Amino acid sequence: MLQKLYDWVDERVDVNPIWRDIADHEVPEHVNPAYHFSAFVYCFGGLTFFVTVIQILSGMFLTMYYVPDIENAWNSVYYLQMEVAHGQIVRGMHHWGASVVTVMLFLHTLRVFFQGAYKKPRELNWIVGVLLFFVILGLGFTGYLLPWDNKAYFATQVGLEIAAATPVIGDMLRTLLAGDQSIVGAQTLTRFFAIHVFFLPAVLFGLLGAHFILIRRQGISGPL
Amino acid sequence: MSEPKKVSRRQFLNYTLTGLGGFMAAGMMAPMVRFAIDPVFKPAAAGDFHSVADVKEVTNEPQRFEWEVEQVDAWYESTIQKTAWVYRKEDDEIIALSPICTHLGCTVDWASNEEYPKQFFCPCHGGRYTKDGVNVPGTPPTAPLPVFETKVEEGMLYLGEEIAR
Repeated sequence: MLQKLYDWVDERVDVNPIWRDIADHEVPEHVNPAYHFSAFVYCFGGLTFFVTVIQILSGMFLTMYYVPDIENAWNSVYYLQMEVAHGQIVRGMHHWGASVVTVMLFLHTLRVFFQGAYKKPRELNWIVGVLLFFVILGLGFTGYLLPWDNKAYFATQVGLEIAAATPVIGDMLRTLLAGDQSIVGAQTLTRFFAIHVFFLPAVLFGLLGAHFILIRRQGISGPL
Repeated sequence: MSEPKKVSRRQFLNYTLTGLGGFMAAGMMAPMVRFAIDPVFKPAAAGDFHSVADVKEVTNEPQRFEWEVEQVDAWYESTIQKTAWVYRKEDDEIIALSPICTHLGCTVDWASNEEYPKQFFCPCHGGRYTKDGVNVPGTPPTAPLPVFETKVEEGMLYLGEEIAR
Protein backbone atom coordinates (compact mmCIF):
# COMPACT_ATOMS: atom_id res chain seq x y z
CA MET A 1 0.00 0.00 0.00
CA LEU A 2 2.65 2.46 1.12
CA GLN A 3 4.97 1.19 -1.59
CA LYS A 4 2.25 1.75 -4.19
CA LEU A 5 1.66 5.29 -2.95
CA TYR A 6 5.40 5.96 -3.08
CA ASP A 7 5.64 4.49 -6.57
CA TRP A 8 2.72 6.59 -7.75
CA VAL A 9 4.38 9.80 -6.58
CA ASP A 10 7.83 8.65 -7.72
CA GLU A 11 6.56 7.87 -11.21
CA ARG A 12 5.39 11.46 -11.58
CA VAL A 13 8.00 13.56 -9.75
CA ASP A 14 10.97 11.20 -9.54
CA VAL A 15 11.53 11.63 -5.78
CA ASN A 16 14.25 9.00 -5.58
CA PRO A 17 17.16 11.32 -6.48
CA ILE A 18 15.83 13.98 -4.09
CA TRP A 19 16.04 11.87 -0.98
CA ARG A 20 19.17 10.15 -2.20
CA ASP A 21 20.83 13.56 -2.39
CA ILE A 22 19.83 14.21 1.21
CA ALA A 23 20.23 10.83 2.87
CA ASP A 24 22.58 8.70 0.80
CA HIS A 25 26.18 9.64 1.38
CA GLU A 26 29.40 7.97 2.48
CA VAL A 27 30.30 8.24 6.13
CA PRO A 28 34.12 8.25 6.20
CA GLU A 29 35.70 5.64 8.44
CA HIS A 30 37.27 8.17 10.79
CA VAL A 31 33.89 9.66 11.75
CA ASN A 32 32.15 6.31 12.27
CA PRO A 33 32.03 5.29 15.96
CA ALA A 34 31.63 1.66 14.82
CA TYR A 35 35.28 1.72 13.72
CA HIS A 36 36.80 4.11 16.20
CA PHE A 37 34.78 4.66 19.33
CA SER A 38 36.41 8.05 19.89
CA ALA A 39 34.58 9.20 16.77
CA PHE A 40 31.53 9.78 18.95
CA VAL A 41 32.71 13.38 19.17
CA TYR A 42 31.43 13.76 15.59
CA CYS A 43 27.90 13.17 16.94
CA PHE A 44 27.67 16.46 18.81
CA GLY A 45 26.61 18.49 15.79
CA GLY A 46 23.86 16.04 14.93
CA LEU A 47 22.78 15.88 18.56
CA THR A 48 22.58 19.68 18.67
CA PHE A 49 20.31 19.56 15.64
CA PHE A 50 18.23 16.74 17.13
CA VAL A 51 17.62 18.67 20.35
CA THR A 52 16.89 21.79 18.30
CA VAL A 53 14.15 19.86 16.53
CA ILE A 54 12.74 18.84 19.93
CA GLN A 55 12.86 22.50 20.98
CA ILE A 56 10.97 23.59 17.87
CA LEU A 57 8.30 20.91 18.32
CA SER A 58 7.79 21.36 22.06
CA GLY A 59 7.81 25.14 21.60
CA MET A 60 5.10 24.91 18.96
CA PHE A 61 2.95 22.87 21.30
CA LEU A 62 3.57 25.19 24.25
CA THR A 63 2.22 28.18 22.32
CA MET A 64 -1.14 26.39 22.22
CA TYR A 65 -1.58 27.44 25.84
CA TYR A 66 0.91 30.24 26.47
CA VAL A 67 -0.06 33.94 26.29
CA PRO A 68 2.62 36.66 26.11
CA ASP A 69 0.83 39.11 28.37
CA ILE A 70 1.94 40.26 31.80
CA GLU A 71 -1.46 39.58 33.35
CA ASN A 72 -1.76 36.06 32.01
CA ALA A 73 1.69 34.75 31.12
CA TRP A 74 2.49 33.25 34.51
CA ASN A 75 -1.04 31.92 34.97
CA SER A 76 -1.09 30.32 31.55
CA VAL A 77 2.26 28.63 32.21
CA TYR A 78 0.98 27.46 35.59
CA TYR A 79 -2.17 26.16 33.95
CA LEU A 80 -0.42 24.31 31.15
CA GLN A 81 2.01 22.74 33.59
CA MET A 82 -0.46 21.81 36.34
CA GLU A 83 -3.81 21.26 34.62
CA VAL A 84 -3.05 20.07 31.11
CA ALA A 85 -2.18 16.41 30.58
CA HIS A 86 1.59 15.91 30.13
CA GLY A 87 2.10 19.66 30.47
CA GLN A 88 4.92 19.03 32.87
CA ILE A 89 6.64 16.80 30.31
CA VAL A 90 6.20 19.12 27.36
CA ARG A 91 7.37 22.17 29.30
CA GLY A 92 10.11 20.05 30.85
CA MET A 93 11.32 19.07 27.37
CA HIS A 94 11.53 22.71 26.37
CA HIS A 95 13.07 23.82 29.67
CA TRP A 96 15.77 21.16 29.89
CA GLY A 97 16.20 20.98 26.13
CA ALA A 98 17.21 24.63 26.16
CA SER A 99 20.16 23.79 28.38
CA VAL A 100 20.99 20.60 26.50
CA VAL A 101 21.09 22.47 23.18
CA THR A 102 23.56 24.94 24.60
CA VAL A 103 25.75 22.19 26.07
CA MET A 104 25.73 20.13 22.85
CA LEU A 105 26.45 23.22 20.80
CA PHE A 106 29.38 24.00 23.04
CA LEU A 107 30.76 20.46 22.77
CA HIS A 108 30.35 20.57 18.98
CA THR A 109 32.25 23.87 18.91
CA LEU A 110 35.03 22.42 21.08
CA ARG A 111 35.38 19.41 18.77
CA VAL A 112 35.61 21.57 15.67
CA PHE A 113 38.07 23.88 17.43
CA PHE A 114 40.45 21.29 18.84
CA GLN A 115 40.45 19.20 15.66
CA GLY A 116 41.17 22.30 13.65
CA ALA A 117 38.19 21.43 11.49
CA TYR A 118 37.43 25.14 11.03
CA LYS A 119 40.55 25.68 8.89
CA LYS A 120 40.52 26.54 5.21
CA PRO A 121 38.30 25.91 3.27
CA ARG A 122 35.80 25.66 6.13
CA GLU A 123 36.23 29.10 7.74
CA LEU A 124 32.95 30.29 6.31
CA ASN A 125 31.09 27.42 7.94
CA TRP A 126 32.82 28.25 11.23
CA ILE A 127 31.49 31.80 10.92
CA VAL A 128 27.99 30.50 10.24
CA GLY A 129 28.40 28.24 13.28
CA VAL A 130 29.40 31.14 15.51
CA LEU A 131 26.34 33.07 14.32
CA LEU A 132 24.23 30.01 15.13
CA PHE A 133 25.77 30.00 18.60
CA PHE A 134 24.65 33.60 19.11
CA VAL A 135 21.16 32.81 17.81
CA ILE A 136 20.83 29.90 20.23
CA LEU A 137 22.03 32.08 23.11
CA GLY A 138 19.51 34.72 22.02
CA LEU A 139 16.75 32.12 22.01
CA GLY A 140 17.76 31.04 25.50
CA PHE A 141 17.83 34.62 26.74
CA THR A 142 14.46 35.63 25.26
CA GLY A 143 12.81 32.36 26.28
CA TYR A 144 13.92 32.82 29.86
CA LEU A 145 11.62 35.82 30.33
CA LEU A 146 8.47 34.23 28.97
CA PRO A 147 7.18 32.46 32.14
CA TRP A 148 7.15 35.93 33.72
CA ASP A 149 8.15 34.77 37.18
CA ASN A 150 10.59 36.51 39.49
CA LYS A 151 13.62 34.65 38.18
CA ALA A 152 12.70 35.53 34.60
CA TYR A 153 12.10 39.16 35.48
CA PHE A 154 15.37 39.77 37.28
CA ALA A 155 17.42 37.76 34.81
CA THR A 156 16.01 40.00 32.12
CA GLN A 157 16.87 43.10 34.15
CA VAL A 158 20.46 41.88 34.25
CA GLY A 159 20.46 41.02 30.54
CA LEU A 160 19.15 44.45 29.68
CA GLU A 161 21.82 46.10 31.82
CA ILE A 162 24.43 44.11 29.92
CA ALA A 163 22.95 45.36 26.65
CA ALA A 164 22.99 48.89 28.07
CA ALA A 165 26.73 48.56 28.74
CA THR A 166 27.39 48.52 24.97
CA PRO A 167 29.50 51.57 24.09
CA VAL A 168 27.69 54.54 22.49
CA ILE A 169 24.43 52.83 21.51
CA GLY A 170 23.92 51.01 24.83
CA ASP A 171 20.87 52.94 26.02
CA MET A 172 19.18 52.74 22.64
CA LEU A 173 19.82 49.01 22.47
CA ARG A 174 18.31 48.55 25.91
CA THR A 175 15.21 50.51 24.99
CA LEU A 176 14.92 48.61 21.73
CA LEU A 177 14.95 45.30 23.61
CA ALA A 178 12.77 46.36 26.53
CA GLY A 179 10.28 48.32 24.44
CA ASP A 180 10.30 51.12 27.03
CA GLN A 181 12.90 53.51 28.35
CA SER A 182 12.47 52.62 32.00
CA ILE A 183 9.92 49.84 32.44
CA VAL A 184 10.55 46.14 32.05
CA GLY A 185 6.98 45.09 31.52
CA ALA A 186 4.18 44.60 29.02
CA GLN A 187 6.14 45.66 25.96
CA THR A 188 9.25 43.79 27.02
CA LEU A 189 7.30 40.56 27.25
CA THR A 190 5.61 40.89 23.86
CA ARG A 191 8.91 41.84 22.23
CA PHE A 192 10.76 38.94 23.75
CA PHE A 193 7.97 36.62 22.69
CA ALA A 194 8.05 37.88 19.11
CA ILE A 195 11.84 37.60 19.00
CA HIS A 196 11.73 34.15 20.59
CA VAL A 197 9.13 32.54 18.34
CA PHE A 198 9.40 34.41 15.04
CA PHE A 199 12.55 36.43 14.46
CA LEU A 200 15.26 34.22 15.91
CA PRO A 201 13.79 30.94 14.62
CA ALA A 202 13.63 32.46 11.12
CA VAL A 203 17.33 33.40 11.36
CA LEU A 204 18.04 29.97 12.87
CA PHE A 205 16.48 28.13 9.92
CA GLY A 206 18.41 30.21 7.41
CA LEU A 207 21.72 29.68 9.16
CA LEU A 208 21.08 25.96 9.71
CA GLY A 209 20.34 25.58 6.00
CA ALA A 210 23.59 27.32 5.14
CA HIS A 211 25.49 25.23 7.72
CA PHE A 212 24.22 21.96 6.24
CA ILE A 213 24.66 22.96 2.60
CA LEU A 214 28.25 23.97 3.33
CA ILE A 215 29.08 20.76 5.15
CA ARG A 216 27.70 18.73 2.24
CA ARG A 217 29.59 20.76 -0.35
CA GLN A 218 32.88 20.76 1.53
CA GLY A 219 32.64 17.34 3.12
CA ILE A 220 33.70 16.37 6.62
CA SER A 221 37.24 17.39 7.47
CA GLY A 222 39.85 14.65 7.20
CA PRO A 223 41.23 12.53 10.06
CA LEU A 224 43.71 14.03 12.53
CA MET B 1 5.07 -25.38 6.03
CA SER B 2 6.23 -22.95 3.40
CA GLU B 3 9.85 -22.06 2.98
CA PRO B 4 10.73 -19.41 5.62
CA LYS B 5 11.56 -16.07 3.99
CA LYS B 6 15.18 -15.09 4.09
CA VAL B 7 15.86 -11.71 5.64
CA SER B 8 19.10 -10.23 4.49
CA ARG B 9 21.46 -8.54 6.90
CA ARG B 10 20.74 -5.18 5.23
CA GLN B 11 16.97 -5.69 5.49
CA PHE B 12 17.25 -6.71 9.14
CA LEU B 13 19.26 -3.59 9.96
CA ASN B 14 16.82 -1.46 7.98
CA TYR B 15 13.85 -2.85 9.89
CA THR B 16 15.41 -2.56 13.33
CA LEU B 17 16.72 0.94 12.75
CA THR B 18 13.42 2.12 11.29
CA GLY B 19 11.61 0.52 14.21
CA LEU B 20 13.92 2.09 16.74
CA GLY B 21 13.66 5.48 15.06
CA GLY B 22 9.90 5.18 14.94
CA PHE B 23 9.79 4.19 18.59
CA MET B 24 11.89 7.18 19.57
CA ALA B 25 9.84 9.56 17.45
CA ALA B 26 6.63 8.17 18.93
CA GLY B 27 8.00 8.51 22.46
CA MET B 28 8.80 12.12 21.70
CA MET B 29 5.53 12.96 20.02
CA ALA B 30 3.17 11.11 22.37
CA PRO B 31 3.30 13.56 25.30
CA MET B 32 3.08 16.55 22.98
CA VAL B 33 0.10 15.19 21.09
CA ARG B 34 -1.69 14.27 24.32
CA PHE B 35 -0.89 17.79 25.57
CA ALA B 36 -2.41 19.35 22.46
CA ILE B 37 -5.62 17.31 22.44
CA ASP B 38 -6.22 17.72 26.17
CA PRO B 39 -9.30 19.99 25.83
CA VAL B 40 -11.19 17.10 24.20
CA PHE B 41 -10.58 14.95 27.28
CA LYS B 42 -11.41 17.53 29.92
CA PRO B 43 -14.56 16.54 31.81
CA ALA B 44 -17.57 18.65 30.90
CA ALA B 45 -18.28 21.39 33.42
CA ALA B 46 -20.76 20.12 35.99
CA GLY B 47 -24.14 21.80 35.53
CA ASP B 48 -24.58 23.71 38.76
CA PHE B 49 -27.93 25.19 39.60
CA HIS B 50 -28.07 28.93 40.11
CA SER B 51 -30.66 30.93 41.97
CA VAL B 52 -32.45 33.05 39.39
CA ALA B 53 -35.65 34.54 40.82
CA ASP B 54 -38.40 34.32 43.40
CA VAL B 55 -41.00 31.82 42.18
CA LYS B 56 -43.72 34.41 42.82
CA GLU B 57 -42.29 36.60 40.08
CA VAL B 58 -42.90 33.89 37.49
CA THR B 59 -46.21 34.46 35.70
CA ASN B 60 -48.02 32.84 32.82
CA GLU B 61 -46.45 35.38 30.50
CA PRO B 62 -42.80 34.70 29.54
CA GLN B 63 -40.47 37.14 31.25
CA ARG B 64 -36.79 37.69 30.79
CA PHE B 65 -34.68 36.77 33.83
CA GLU B 66 -30.98 37.37 34.12
CA TRP B 67 -28.45 35.83 36.46
CA GLU B 68 -24.71 35.63 36.77
CA VAL B 69 -22.46 32.60 36.59
CA GLU B 70 -18.83 32.27 37.62
CA GLN B 71 -16.99 30.95 34.62
CA VAL B 72 -13.53 29.39 34.82
CA ASP B 73 -11.90 29.55 31.40
CA ALA B 74 -8.53 27.83 31.96
CA TRP B 75 -6.47 30.55 33.71
CA TYR B 76 -9.14 33.24 33.26
CA GLU B 77 -12.00 33.51 35.70
CA SER B 78 -14.91 35.80 35.03
CA THR B 79 -18.57 36.39 35.72
CA ILE B 80 -20.81 35.96 32.73
CA GLN B 81 -24.44 36.90 32.39
CA LYS B 82 -27.05 34.34 31.45
CA THR B 83 -30.59 34.98 30.29
CA ALA B 84 -33.73 32.87 30.13
CA TRP B 85 -37.36 33.36 29.19
CA VAL B 86 -39.33 31.96 32.12
CA TYR B 87 -43.05 31.35 32.49
CA ARG B 88 -45.52 29.12 34.26
CA LYS B 89 -47.58 26.67 32.26
CA GLU B 90 -51.30 26.11 32.91
CA ASP B 91 -50.43 23.00 34.94
CA ASP B 92 -48.08 25.12 37.12
CA GLU B 93 -44.90 23.67 35.66
CA ILE B 94 -42.17 26.27 35.22
CA ILE B 95 -40.55 26.47 31.82
CA ALA B 96 -37.24 28.29 31.23
CA LEU B 97 -36.21 28.74 27.63
CA SER B 98 -32.83 29.75 26.27
CA PRO B 99 -33.03 33.02 24.31
CA ILE B 100 -30.47 31.87 21.76
CA CYS B 101 -32.03 31.30 18.36
CA THR B 102 -31.26 27.82 17.03
CA HIS B 103 -30.86 29.23 13.54
CA LEU B 104 -27.70 31.33 13.81
CA GLY B 105 -27.48 32.33 17.47
CA CYS B 106 -29.22 35.71 17.64
CA THR B 107 -31.29 36.61 20.69
CA VAL B 108 -35.01 35.98 20.52
CA ASP B 109 -37.64 38.17 22.19
CA TRP B 110 -41.12 37.32 23.41
CA ALA B 111 -43.89 39.10 21.53
CA SER B 112 -41.53 41.67 20.04
CA ASN B 113 -43.18 41.44 16.64
CA GLU B 114 -46.66 42.97 16.59
CA GLU B 115 -47.86 40.47 13.98
CA TYR B 116 -47.05 37.53 16.26
CA PRO B 117 -47.92 38.65 19.81
CA LYS B 118 -47.96 35.08 21.17
CA GLN B 119 -44.64 33.93 19.81
CA PHE B 120 -40.90 34.29 20.33
CA PHE B 121 -39.43 36.29 17.51
CA CYS B 122 -35.86 36.50 16.25
CA PRO B 123 -35.13 39.87 14.60
CA CYS B 124 -32.19 38.63 12.52
CA HIS B 125 -33.99 36.43 9.99
CA GLY B 126 -37.56 36.41 11.26
CA GLY B 127 -37.36 33.06 13.01
CA ARG B 128 -40.35 32.31 15.22
CA TYR B 129 -41.12 29.92 18.07
CA THR B 130 -44.39 29.12 19.80
CA LYS B 131 -44.75 29.78 23.53
CA ASP B 132 -43.38 26.32 24.41
CA GLY B 133 -40.26 27.11 22.39
CA VAL B 134 -41.01 24.95 19.39
CA ASN B 135 -39.88 26.48 16.12
CA VAL B 136 -42.65 27.48 13.73
CA PRO B 137 -42.36 25.49 10.47
CA GLY B 138 -41.45 27.64 7.49
CA THR B 139 -39.24 29.97 9.50
CA PRO B 140 -35.42 29.67 9.51
CA PRO B 141 -34.83 27.80 12.81
CA THR B 142 -34.65 24.02 12.48
CA ALA B 143 -34.87 23.09 16.17
CA PRO B 144 -36.80 24.22 19.26
CA LEU B 145 -35.21 26.57 21.78
CA PRO B 146 -33.17 24.70 24.42
CA VAL B 147 -34.75 24.47 27.88
CA PHE B 148 -32.98 25.01 31.18
CA GLU B 149 -33.19 22.41 33.92
CA THR B 150 -35.42 23.90 36.61
CA LYS B 151 -35.62 23.36 40.35
CA VAL B 152 -37.65 25.15 43.03
CA GLU B 153 -36.28 25.31 46.54
CA GLU B 154 -37.59 27.42 49.41
CA GLY B 155 -39.57 29.62 47.06
CA MET B 156 -36.62 30.34 44.78
CA LEU B 157 -36.28 29.25 41.19
CA TYR B 158 -33.00 27.59 40.30
CA LEU B 159 -31.84 27.04 36.73
CA GLY B 160 -29.23 24.52 35.66
CA GLU B 161 -27.88 23.19 32.42
CA GLU B 162 -29.30 24.06 29.02
CA ILE B 163 -30.74 21.03 27.26
CA ALA B 164 -31.00 21.07 23.48
CA ARG B 165 -34.18 19.57 22.10
